[in-house]
Parts: sequence; structure tokens; C-alpha cells
Amino acid sequence: METSYANVITDIGKEKLQDMLYQLMLIRTFEEAVERLFMQGKIHGTMHLCIGQEPTAVGAITTLTNEDKITSTHRGHGHCIAKGTDVPKMMAELLGKATGHCKGKGGSMHIADLDKGNLGANGIVAGGLPIACGAALTSVKKNLGYVVVSFFGDGATNEGSFHEALNIASIWKLPVIFFCENNHYGMSGNIKQMTNIENLADRAVAYGIPGEVVDGTDVLKVYEVTKKAVERAKRGEGPTLIEAKTYRWRGHSKSDARKYRTREEEQDWIQNKDGIKKFKEKLLNAHVLTEAEIEELEAQVKKEVEEAVAFAENSPEPSLDTLEEDVFA
Amino acid sequence: MRKITYAEAIREAMTQEIKANEDVYILGEDIGIYGGAFGLTNGMEEELGRENVMSTPISESAISGVAVGSALTGMRPILELQFSDFITIAMDNIVNQAAKLRYMNGGKGSIPIVVRTPGGSGAGFAAQHSQSLEAWTAHIPGLKVVQPSTPYDAKGLFKAALDDNNPVIFYEHKLLYGLKGEVPEETYSIPLGKADVKREGTDVTVVATSIMVHRALQAAEELEKQGISVEVIDPRTLVPLDIDTIVESVKKTSRAVVVYEAVQRGGYGAEIASLINESEAFDYLDAPVVRLGGKAVPMPYNMNLEKQAVPQVEDIIIAVKSTIAPVTI
Ligand SMILES: Cc1ncc(C[n+]2csc(CCOP(=O)(O)OP(=O)(O)O)c2C)c(N)n1
Repeated sequence: METSYANVITDIGKEKLQDMLYQLMLIRTFEEAVERLFMQGKIHGTMHLCIGQEPTAVGAITTLTNEDKITSTHRGHGHCIAKGTDVPKMMAELLGKATGHCKGKGGSMHIADLDKGNLGANGIVAGGLPIACGAALTSVKKNLGYVVVSFFGDGATNEGSFHEALNIASIWKLPVIFFCENNHYGMSGNIKQMTNIENLADRAVAYGIPGEVVDGTDVLKVYEVTKKAVERAKRGEGPTLIEAKTYRWRGHSKSDARKYRTREEEQDWIQNKDGIKKFKEKLLNAHVLTEAEIEELEAQVKKEVEEAVAFAENSPEPSLDTLEEDVFA
Repeated sequence: MRKITYAEAIREAMTQEIKANEDVYILGEDIGIYGGAFGLTNGMEEELGRENVMSTPISESAISGVAVGSALTGMRPILELQFSDFITIAMDNIVNQAAKLRYMNGGKGSIPIVVRTPGGSGAGFAAQHSQSLEAWTAHIPGLKVVQPSTPYDAKGLFKAALDDNNPVIFYEHKLLYGLKGEVPEETYSIPLGKADVKREGTDVTVVATSIMVHRALQAAEELEKQGISVEVIDPRTLVPLDIDTIVESVKKTSRAVVVYEAVQRGGYGAEIASLINESEAFDYLDAPVVRLGGKAVPMPYNMNLEKQAVPQVEDIIIAVKSTIAPVTI
């Protein structure tokens, strides 16, 4: 295990590893700021934080090029940041501002960044999977060579769209990676009670594609397994289903008393399986980064998020006459 | 009489009906310990047991089909769809199965289902969680459509919906859940197809549905100060529609405004306006019937824009005045 790890670290190289840590910390700090702004009443509606799940977004998306694409979910801030979306514009969007990524019209659940290959967050559970297949079909038809990583939660695997998408991708050998972030719960539905199988990746069998289970708190393992699936897809061998076991530290959304799980279970994940803490330790032990370098990165992240918040707070509200703009192309 | 909220009124109605009739049960996502996305089913699982309060996987297509199948074979399911937007995923079972099985069977079998679902905007949830889709369902022969506006109506209409031997779509409004009003403890039924005159008046009839009833009442108070007497009629059910009460009112007032939150274009307001025009009230009309519905835009996230997208009290005042004297802007 640890030997293969050393290899991965050398393969990836210092610069990329440092960037991965930066991304991880940026996502967490961004989400903590979002939480704070929500509590202060500056963000309205609802929000779904991905605190605890950062390594899946970063590990998977680090394998992609700018041309490769993703589809995301209601819990999509991490995917968005990892795919390179402008952080101040994201924050402005969450505050509903005119300078926001979607001009204040989409909000947290609907951030898309087509230029960066993010085909969109989605307010509809499992909504992204068939769309990912379509984007992959374009890649094949136009010989563009890109792959699509479609993120979704464990709960989404019980939607018809999940099954239909896997089947179509399989028969057409589409270059899609179906990436399940199994944080063990839908809103309140424990996946163990909502399915009768041990691993969701086992569902791949039904569609004749590979299914992989990976520790979703380990960014390098996520990277490795996704890389393999991306290479397979790029070779024209079709889709892979990846299941990353992870945990969302916070409630489903703002209005969640978390009665469906114990505080002990939460503490176990938070204390013992924090993917960011583990990654930092790994990089220190492998002498990839020093304490001082990590502190420097932390300071940068903090500054970037503070600037994003300031930009968002100081931005104007959208003008009312934009209401009917953008309905049609 | 005691006052309870709209949400409590619906919960009480469901609880009483499940206790009274072993054929009645409720199914839906997160309706167990979580109590549903809006707390509607809080405490019901503890009180009534998991066999009566069935938390389902996130599978709208399957659970709506389950409701149809169990209804066809003798049960009376209540289906909670977490947001009315997700009715789109259940639509095949509702539109192609529930609505027409009995007819296609030559009158054999019936589908007594109540599909309860929160609709409407005003909470900042953006385009995929804020729609008012009632016109869709009202368009389909074989479906009944209910839109209660008060706690009292909600409880009474729920019982009538559940006693009905047909599929009934029961649209709740998320902004009304906290509204308090007088509600009897015992069960009672408000017949489907019976409008309610929420306020008497002599100059203009305002036909308003769901949350618009309250905005119309506020507008009416304001207009009274300006010497205009407004009668507010709440049809309460779109199918069946009590057109007689509306026609009687228009014969008295000679003016009519139809106010609703859903997108005006292709909406149910056109139906009501046409029915008035085709009725004996036509000869009494002193002005064209005016429709005031939502703008034809997906619901924006920014809350100022969101407000702008659907009729507000001031818009109703302007619409009412426009039937009396042309407004110059
Ligand atoms: C079709 C549909 N059904 C229900 C919902 C409400 N909802 C939003 S997120 C969610 C839970 C999703 O669970 P999962 O897929 O495991 O993702 P996670 O929230 O754990 O990231 C539910 C039920 C929705 N948005 N769309």
C-alpha cells in the first residue's frame, strides 16, 4: 500500500500535490465562509455544504484536463472550485449578486461554468447522469477526445436516471466516469436501509462495466482510481462506476437536526478520517512540503476566500429589468 | 376555536385518516425521523409506525408507480413528493397511469391516491424548487387538483381528497406552511368543487388561488380605503372548478381579475377567464376579464427578482384598478 503511495507521490510531483492541498483547503474554507454568511442571513434559500467530502472533488478532478467535463450536484461547490471556477464570482452568486457566476439567477444549486467544462450543478437528484452521457456522446461523435466525470450521491443511485444512464453509457461505450460520493445518507435515508447491497459499485455488474470502491477521504487513492477510469474511457473502452466512501460533516442543508445519525458517528469521521489532515501529514512525512510551506498555503487560501466574500458583499444586486433576460438564446 | 398552522392542519388530517382507516398510509422521501423537508410529517412515524409512514428511497418514478398499484388493489395511499418540481419525474405514473387506467378499463377499478406536494416561490430556492405546475395536472382528464389557501381549508379539503376515489393532486404552498388559523379538532370535509367567498364586495371580483388569496385580500383592504369594494373568491379546487360561484359574483360586480402565481402563459387563469366570457356573466361585464399570473421565466434565485416574477399586492391593486379605469403608466 504505502509503496504504491510513494510511487503516486513521485508520479504526481510536488507542484501538483501542492495544488491539490491548496484546492482541498480552499474548498473547506470557502464552505466555512458560506456557512457563516448563511447564519448571518446574507445567503438565502438553502445550501448544501461539502465539508468532509473535499478529497473526492479534488482527487477526481485533478485527473482531468481543461477540455474534460464534469456534471455536478446540489452539493457542488467543491466540484466547481476544483474545476477552476472563479471563487469570487461563485461567492457573489451565493449572495444573489449581479456579479455572480449566473448573474444571481442560479444560486448555490445551479452554478455551471461551461468555459471550464463544468456542465452544471443540479437541483434534481441524479439529473446530471444522463446529461453527462450526452456530453460524452458529443465527444465521441465529434472525435473530441474528452471524458466526462459525473458526480452524484449515494441517494441518487436509486433514481431511474442512474440506471438508465449507466446502461446507455455501457452499450455505447461512452467516455463517462460515474462518480458516486457515498456519504452514506440521502437527506435522512441511510443508504444501508435504502439499498440491499454492501457496495454501490456492485451495481456496475448489472451494466457490464467495471465498478471500483475507494476510500473517499484519501485524495491520492481517489486520484489513482479515477485516473485509471479516465484512461480507460479515453481508450474508448467505456464507462466506469466509482464509489468513494465519504461523509458530509454537516447536515443535509440548513434545516437539518441530524436525528438520523449519532454524534459519535460524526465525531469518528471528523476526528479520525479528515482527508485534509491526513493528506497534510502524508505530504509532511514524505517531505514533499514543509510545515512552513503548508502555513503559507493556508494563509493564501484564507486571503482568497476573504477577498471573495468582500467582492460578493460589495457587489450590486441585479437590476430588476434583467428578470426576463436569458430565457431564450 | 384553537389556532394551528397550515402544516399542522395537514399533519392532523393525515394522522386522523391513517388511524381511522387501515387502507390509508403515507409514503415519500425523508418522511420518517426527518419529518419531511418541511416538517409536515414530524412525529408521525413514532405515532403511527413505519408500516404506515413509509420512508422511501429517492425514487419518484417508483414510488408514484407503487402508489398507483397499491391504490388499484384496494389501498388509499398518500404520496408526498418533496417539492412539486419533482412531480416531473413521477409524471408518467400520474399522467399515463393514474389518470386514465379506470377509463381505459371501461370503468373498472379506481385509483384513490392523494399526491401531496409543496409548490410555489418566495423562499429563494431558485428555478428547480419553486415552480407552480398546477396547470399541467389540471390539463389532464382524470386528475383532480386542489390548492388550499388556509389551514381550515387544508384540513377539510385533504379529507375530501382522500375520500375521493380518484387521483387527486394536492398542491400545498411552502410559504403558507407557517400560517395559523382556526381549525376544528374533529375531522370534517370540504367538498371538492366548492369555491369559497373569502371576502364580499361589489365592484370587482378577484378570483385568486393558493397564496394569492392572501395577497388579494390585502389588496382588497387597501382598495377599500380608496373606495373600491373587492370580492375575493378562492376556487380551492381547480378540478372540479366551481364556475357557478365565480359567475354569480361577476354578475354582481361586472368586473373580474384572475390572480395566480403560476406562469400566466398557457395557465389556468386563461381557463377561468374564458369560462367567465362564455357564461351568462358576459352580458354583465363592464371590462375585459384580466389575468394576472407569473412572468414566463424560470424562477430566479435572487429574491428581488423572484418577487418581481410573481404577482405581489401592488400588482393586484393595479390590475383591479385597470378594470375600472385604464391606468396610465
Ligand atoms: C429528484 C429529486 N428528488 C428529491 C430531491 C430532494 N433532495 C435533494 S438532495 C436529496 C438527497 C440526495 O442524497 P444523495 O444523492 O446521497 O446526495 P448527498 O445529499 O448525500 O450529497 C434529496 C432527497 C431532489 N432535489 N431531487
